[in-house]
Amino acid sequence: MVWDWLPQYFPLLAHGLYLTLVLLFWSVVIGFMLAVPIGLVQVTGPWPLRYLARGYCTFIRGTPLLVQLWLLYYGVGSLFPVIGAEFPTFKENFMWLIRLDAFYYALLAFTLNFAGYEGEVMRGAFLGVPKGELEAARAFGMSPWKVLTRVWFPRAVRQVLPTLAGETISQLLSTPLAFTIPVMELMGVTSRIRQDTFLIYEPLLFLAFVYFVLTFLITRAFNYFEGLVPSRR
Amino acid sequence: MLVFAVLINFDLLALGPTGYGDEMFWGLMRTIQISVLAYALGISLGLCGAMGKLTGGKWLKNTLEGYTTLVRAVPDLVLILLLYYAGTDGINRMLVSIGLGPIEVNGLVAAIFVLGFVYGAFSTEVLRAAIQAVPIGQIEAAKAYGMSPFLRFRRIVLPAMLPYAIPGMANLWLNITKASALISVVGFMELALATRQAAAVSKLYLMFYVILALVYLSITLISNQVFGWLERRVRRGQPKLA
Repeated sequence: MVWDWLPQYFPLLAHGLYLTLVLLFWSVVIGFMLAVPIGLVQVTGPWPLRYLARGYCTFIRGTPLLVQLWLLYYGVGSLFPVIGAEFPTFKENFMWLIRLDAFYYALLAFTLNFAGYEGEVMRGAFLGVPKGELEAARAFGMSPWKVLTRVWFPRAVRQVLPTLAGETISQLLSTPLAFTIPVMELMGVTSRIRQDTFLIYEPLLFLAFVYFVLTFLITRAFNYFEGLVPSRR
Repeated sequence: MLVFAVLINFDLLALGPTGYGDEMFWGLMRTIQISVLAYALGISLGLCGAMGKLTGGKWLKNTLEGYTTLVRAVPDLVLILLLYYAGTDGINRMLVSIGLGPIEVNGLVAAIFVLGFVYGAFSTEVLRAAIQAVPIGQIEAAKAYGMSPFLRFRRIVLPAMLPYAIPGMANLWLNITKASALISVVGFMELALATRQAAAVSKLYLMFYVILALVYLSITLISNQVFGWLERRVRRGQPKLA
């Protein structure tokens, strides 16, 4: 076992950890915000929205995240230069889109993926709120919007909170896929170290250890926050 | 319109040397082959693991607990890389140390073992929970009738636990088919890598990746039908779920 590369690559690894955590945090936060309407329209929405949301969830859950990532980065990403070559005005105004860093594609792919999985969970949660409570809210003269914000949504979120920890962990464990389009997050840095040092296992073992610790810490953090929310079971 | 001509060309899906249809078809066959065999290995490991966790001694229980915790806390991509290199390298070192030359480890076999090992941990948990959901009285009754452990498992525990196990096992199958795409990262030629190469050579990235996604989606949808049928079958005679 050779570990002398560790101090030398420490800054790179720290930046990789930072990118991994940024990817995780924003994809979970934005993904969850998208998941709420996706879940809601599947329960009460008009039929075009309902089928759209259901189809979206089926597509996201039925294809590998790796393929979604490639589809966005290589597939959709390859469109912009083509359009730019065709329409010079597009090229002038949207150069940033043509040169968009792989990191943002990864962020978009992870966010959409999380929204798809969590949207299905939110659908179940909205369905799981007892009908009587919604009827009671309506009987008090609340508008549909107020029923949603005061009763339906808070009750649904309460049901989802315990599963959110598991979903966040599995999202963390998917972030290394970003290195395939190259994003220099933890996995990307690790594969670079492996190429530079010709070491086969040590960087991977270190990476496994880092993810293990991250999983542990996130689990603890969620347990702590769950303890703060008063609940009766 | 010219834009679309650069993006879509279905002729490239033809079989034979002019198109990538046959490459993708064999890639799909490889993906299914890996998934089925890794799933079978995962279930076998999972059954042993669940039995060990439920009936084993302290040492065995702790080992299995470590196995399932570790595998579920490390990304499967990292595990696949680690086991793929460590496994093939370890076998070669062992062969060299006993005086045999190094061998080229078959990529297919390595892929199956790695995926099977990883998903064995998940199926251990699914099967353990399912076995625990069987009312203990039924097992005690089987013991009282003098059934041997094997007969008891085959006649009582297995049929009674299947309704609890099938939904989790269906999830596991879908996860394995999707995780098989990760094997492409170590350079093993399955559906995802075959399509990726076709896309890179033809430059029609969007078309090939959309098709790739649709192929995986159809695997999922067909599997859902099969598992739905299976679940209805093992649930027959039981009260309907609410």
